[in-house]
Amino acid sequence: MPDDVTILDDAAMIERLQRGAFAYFTSYANPENGLIADTSRVDSPCSIAVVGFALSCYVVAVRRGWLSREDAALRTLKAVDFFWRSANSDRADATGYKGFYYHFLDMHSGRRVWQCELSLIDTALLLAGMLCAACFFDADSEPEAQIRRLVHDLYRRADWRWAQNDSGTLAQGWKPEGGFLHYGWEGYNEATILYVLGGGSPTHALPPSSFAAWTITYQWENLLGRNILYSGPLFTHLFSHAWLDFRGIRDEFMREAASDYFENTRSAIAIQREYAARNPRGFAGYGADLWGVTAGDGPGPDEMQSSGRDRRCFGYMSRGVPYGPDDGTIAPWVMAATLPFDADSALRGTRSLLARYPQVLRDDQFTSGFNPSLTEQATGWLSEGCYGLDQGLLVMMIENQRTGLIWQLMRGCAPIRRGLRRSGFAGGWLDDVA
Amino acid sequence: MSLERVKTGAAAGDQDNYLRRVHPAGWHNPTPRAQYDLVIVGAGPAGLAAAEAAVRLGLSIALVERACIGGNSLNLGSVPLKVLVRSGNLLAGMRDAVRYGVAHTGTAQADLGAVMLRMRRIRSRIAEVQSVERLRACGIDVFFGEARFAGKNRLQCGTQQLKFRKALVATGARPKATTIPGFERIGYLTSATIFDGDALPGRLAIVGGGPLGCELAQTLARLGSQVTIVQNEPKFLPLEERDAAEILSRSLARDGVVTRLNTTVVGVRECGGRRWLDTVSNGAKNSIAADAIFLGIGRTPNVEELGLEAALVDYAAHEGIKVDEHLRTTNPHIYAAGDVCLRHKFTNVAQASARLAVANAFAAKRRRQPHWLIPRCTHCDPQIAHIGMHVRQARQRAIAVHSFTIMMQDVDGAIIDGTDVGFVKIHVRAGSDEILGATVVATRASDMINELSVIMHGNIGMRRLADILHSYPAQSDAIRLAAVAWRALHGSAVPPAPVRRAAKAAAAART
Repeated sequence: MPDDVTILDDAAMIERLQRGAFAYFTSYANPENGLIADTSRVDSPCSIAVVGFALSCYVVAVRRGWLSREDAALRTLKAVDFFWRSANSDRADATGYKGFYYHFLDMHSGRRVWQCELSLIDTALLLAGMLCAACFFDADSEPEAQIRRLVHDLYRRADWRWAQNDSGTLAQGWKPEGGFLHYGWEGYNEATILYVLGGGSPTHALPPSSFAAWTITYQWENLLGRNILYSGPLFTHLFSHAWLDFRGIRDEFMREAASDYFENTRSAIAIQREYAARNPRGFAGYGADLWGVTAGDGPGPDEMQSSGRDRRCFGYMSRGVPYGPDDGTIAPWVMAATLPFDADSALRGTRSLLARYPQVLRDDQFTSGFNPSLTEQATGWLSEGCYGLDQGLLVMMIENQRTGLIWQLMRGCAPIRRGLRRSGFAGGWLDDVA
Repeated sequence: MSLERVKTGAAAGDQDNYLRRVHPAGWHNPTPRAQYDLVIVGAGPAGLAAAEAAVRLGLSIALVERACIGGNSLNLGSVPLKVLVRSGNLLAGMRDAVRYGVAHTGTAQADLGAVMLRMRRIRSRIAEVQSVERLRACGIDVFFGEARFAGKNRLQCGTQQLKFRKALVATGARPKATTIPGFERIGYLTSATIFDGDALPGRLAIVGGGPLGCELAQTLARLGSQVTIVQNEPKFLPLEERDAAEILSRSLARDGVVTRLNTTVVGVRECGGRRWLDTVSNGAKNSIAADAIFLGIGRTPNVEELGLEAALVDYAAHEGIKVDEHLRTTNPHIYAAGDVCLRHKFTNVAQASARLAVANAFAAKRRRQPHWLIPRCTHCDPQIAHIGMHVRQARQRAIAVHSFTIMMQDVDGAIIDGTDVGFVKIHVRAGSDEILGATVVATRASDMINELSVIMHGNIGMRRLADILHSYPAQSDAIRLAAVAWRALHGSAVPPAPVRRAAKAAAAART
């Protein structure tokens, strides 16, 4: 295979990038319990959200012929079985509580690390991956039947009503040391799938008022000449969308705005491109075909010298445009992850990035963050290693572009349909008989 | 001019002048008239505005003040703090000067003593136009001392009794105290005490992330303190919207302020010669070392020790004096205005409500308290200003809103100035060009929001606004550009907004 992927035609290049990204999930997995590392760095713990992405990516891998169906089913079963058997109690070293799970787990013991929070959004991404697997593994074989049973039980176990903590919206997390974490819900973000899954629960369903209590804080905005339900970091326009096909379905907010969440992501892409073209902070590389500001690794909190100018940089943080923060760090993988929304922009951007800065791709995997404005190293600043979230989102979104596999599976997922309807979504495929 | 010359040049005369203007030494209260048309209790912005209005009506007036003419705003609040903010901004600008191709030799640094001298000179200068002398020249009887109502139509001031036809209570508010253990014992600073000293605290912990806490945090950090600000909510300036509050968070961090959000202070103690603030955040305990602690958690109305019971004036400790829509208290001859009775504790509202209260007290026909359309601004860098409705308030009333945003980084005037952080966001009723509210984050947002105030009061919609010429280049051109964006989207499809909508918008924003 050639080193330079940009000499390949679009289809071949995309296949290469998708497969490269998928390799993360076979390289950084614990085969004993199905857990996947958060990052490729030594001693990285497991992130439960990355497991959710992995479970969805196994499905893609079967379809692509990268994994046998049996292998994928066994990997999936390991993970769902682990979560079903894991310690689910209010003990500080459990794996989860009330059917939700801690954000980061020890790769081997599967227990909570870093005194991290019981995370609602990360549990939602985990459950979305599980439900996706349960929809895909529909054969009568014992492993596949067992996957479906366990996922069913795991989903039923999550106590969404408890997680409301007697308020309208959901709490963002919980800790055994201090109880619920509540940062408030103000404005749109990646959590649509959280409320949809909560609403679809057969056992502890959120009331419709819960989603409404969040969406009341939305703003319909005209920004850089585009109408958008704004959220800065690009990933927030992609995470729920990796599973949910938002084309043609609308909640109350989008009916009023005469848009939908698919179209909204297209607007977010357009704003990212327009911002990069205007490049108000004068960052190196930025242009209409080189963009992608989102959450991710960064150069760090120290002032660093860039092309003779002092710049203040951030470490891992949620970056966004045009409101900021923006320190010149882009996520090299994110342009390709927008393929199903705007293929032309995604391809042009990815190609121009790889042609100009081939160092962002190592072993066909994108690094998490890249800052070409920082010139202390000839390559610019490059994040060390890869992040599972980035790789998983890329695999799924490329597949959604190529075959629509994940979207199609989830359109047939009863909890998703129930949750969407309960959250006020209607129209399009949601009105078709499943 | 050297710092030393500034200091010696700032004669002690400034302070003398100031005191002569706001509370002269050896003052003798005048002999009261048999009865006053109006007795005003409190000579802050509300009391002074009331006095001015009453003079125009030709009334006999007694003005009673226990401390200084000008109230908190002049003496302890807006004026002194904004003077410090100016020095902090200048220092930050000097540190940044090289970006503009301007170099200065040596290190730019602040001398708090000199800053405070400037503050006192400015306070004195502003005090001149509302000095005791001028008030007296207008025929107002000025009384200094603690006042107590001694009955329905009598006020006791020291040994003197002031009889009135009408009275206005405009005693304002003071920094809210706390019940957190340790504070009273160890002592803390508030806006009432922070301007006393001339030394910058080495390490300052600020409790409360509202406008006052944020302004002080950024300014003192710029002037050289190590500042930690603790806020028990998820964001600073809880009244403002997410995008504004996030820009502020980053700007505080950029200036070296240590920010602690979602953090509750549970106690203060002294240990090893240091003060410690004990905090809890998401169940995790922490301690912050500080040389001084500033408490800025809001204001509480001054209703105690006024003998309000004797005057049959109802009040509540937190909400203040109860007033009806005409600003009349439960005693039909006594009115109230400003911070002592209103939820919106702003100088501009205090003054406006006082003028209305005086008019109502003496007019045959009383006017209702309007739904004030209040421009307000937090003087951080960038400044954060708002007027009218927030989107959330509109949506809670089922009003569909479309917000038109211009980033300051896209405004030529801001680019030229190098002050291009922030935005102008105008909230428009969907399907019309009616402006419901606006948020401005910009270096001069305090000025820009006033243009929006005029626009909203004048019932100017986005359609007309798009055609109103603005000087070029200017930061405020962002306001016009937002309207141009509206027009680009709507063409001429939407009819102009009906009149009187600004008042209606404010009505909705109020509740």
